[in-house]
Amino acid sequence: MPDSDAVSDPVVVSDLRKVFKVPVRDAGVRASVRSLVRREHREVVAVDDISFRLSPGEIVGFLGPNGAGKTTTIKMLSGLLHADGGDARVLGHQPWLRSKDLLSRIALVMGQRNNLQWDLPAADSFELNRAVYQIPEAEFQQRKTAYTELLDVDDLMTKPVRNLSLGERMKMEIVGALLHGPEVLFLDEPTIGLDVSMQKRLRQFLLDYNRETGATVLLTSHYMADVVALAQRVIVIHHGMILYDGNLAGLASRFAATKTVRVTAPDLPDDFSTLGVVIERTPDRVVLEVERAHVAAVAATLLSGSAVTDLTIEDPPIDDVIDRIFSSEEG
Amino acid sequence: MSVLRTYYPAAARIGFQRDIQYRGATFMAILGFLIEPAIYLVVWRTVAMEQGGAVGGYTVDDFTAYYIVWTLVRVMNLAEAPQSWEWRIREGRLNEMLSVPVHPFHRDFAYYTGAKFVWILMWVPVATVLTLTFQPRLDPQPAHVAGFLVAIWTGFAVRFLLLYLMGMITFWTTRGAAIFDIVVAGELLLSGRLVPLSLMPDWVQSTSNWLPFQWTFQFPIEVAIGRLSNVEILQGIGMQVLWIAGLGLAFSRVWPRALRQYTAVGG
Repeated sequence: MPDSDAVSDPVVVSDLRKVFKVPVRDAGVRASVRSLVRREHREVVAVDDISFRLSPGEIVGFLGPNGAGKTTTIKMLSGLLHADGGDARVLGHQPWLRSKDLLSRIALVMGQRNNLQWDLPAADSFELNRAVYQIPEAEFQQRKTAYTELLDVDDLMTKPVRNLSLGERMKMEIVGALLHGPEVLFLDEPTIGLDVSMQKRLRQFLLDYNRETGATVLLTSHYMADVVALAQRVIVIHHGMILYDGNLAGLASRFAATKTVRVTAPDLPDDFSTLGVVIERTPDRVVLEVERAHVAAVAATLLSGSAVTDLTIEDPPIDDVIDRIFSSEEG
Repeated sequence: MSVLRTYYPAAARIGFQRDIQYRGATFMAILGFLIEPAIYLVVWRTVAMEQGGAVGGYTVDDFTAYYIVWTLVRVMNLAEAPQSWEWRIREGRLNEMLSVPVHPFHRDFAYYTGAKFVWILMWVPVATVLTLTFQPRLDPQPAHVAGFLVAIWTGFAVRFLLLYLMGMITFWTTRGAAIFDIVVAGELLLSGRLVPLSLMPDWVQSTSNWLPFQWTFQFPIEVAIGRLSNVEILQGIGMQVLWIAGLGLAFSRVWPRALRQYTAVGG
């Protein structure tokens, strides 16, 4: 039975922890022989007491470099892995108990993974999903038609999956994962390996699904464009710990000490060293990196000094912010 | 339970469709199966003839019937090899199986059940050639036919559960191949696959009574070739059911522990 206290938020994570025990051995024959009698292990903390909640209908980007603990967290939340500490509730269920009720109401999509029958047309896998999730016939037909048309794969339904391109296959995977109308969706790198237009189409489809059904989505992606397009909120994880949990704009103001100021004017002065760091310079245009605290003053100086035709102040690109966070943490 | 009622036919259809896609490969595999019983058949027919027409209670005709039914039983008791769990775990394929609300056991059992029908279809021409070549003496009574139809499926269930349970070893070690090889060798000797158990030494026969192997192989064959009384058929099916219950119980205890070991690598 779901825990009624946690029903309001579809995903509740409290001090969640996962530790992997990995064998270690030095290189060489001597180490090989020694490992026969004395096996050594090392504990790797993949997820280190993290806590967060997802509200109904929220799309949250889960960011972090490789090995940060994103996928391990998603695997725990989708019932694949047991936690070693703390607690998690998904739709009121402890996910690793793998209740049928929970598994029927969530979906896990992992990029580059194939849930469809490789040798058969996707239509056959969809039929199997209908039986797995006990989807009423009318509902099944309506969703299948709508989703395949939206993703423009309706004419590929009878083609064996092995003959589909990566993009076509990924779209079919998404259709298959959504046929039962999951309330919580875990997407792990759903657009990996896809071309730009395919990524855009998939993002729009996921947004539409979220708007129509109110599903909660936890998304990991190395493509910041996915996160910017889909997520209102991001959780940044590194070395198994949460570094940031908030909106995207807040991420920049928290971790980027500077802003980018672009000025266009026909008569620009030669020296900007007192205002900021010059990143780019042409005769009538300059791009400056300016301390966040001094941006207003710098803008005022620039506007008063010459006949400015254009001035923009921006946060640095989100990729740069993320890169800086992880680089500084490594340091 | 209602989920399984609709899931099994749907998944069995997938198993059937998958294997019919590769009917050529299936047929070649069945032809490959012929080599093993053909050797046994030639050897034991020769031995029986040299011994005056019978050995260990088996006549030349009995041996012929035994090894021709053997081919069908072999096709029927094919099950998920324990080695496949190594691949599933190493490549992260189990993640997909675990992310749906149907136990992987039902998925695999249903797929294999559906695929059996393809294998039986492919087996028919092979059996026809064997029958025309060796002309076995098969005169089954209705009770034997009915008993065989039950025993061959329950035998499949026993072997499926046994191999599935063995596959669980791979959750603790990804190098279980050596253990599986030992069990396969044991199965060869103790199941009646190599030779009917009555031709084996007493200690082998008494050992086999404590193991499930003979109920997956020799028992269905002996039912088909009419070597067992109706009471023995019922007793044998009872033993199969007991093994299904025992192995099923063991699996239900091991599975949650295996999942706790699972590290969900890959993907």
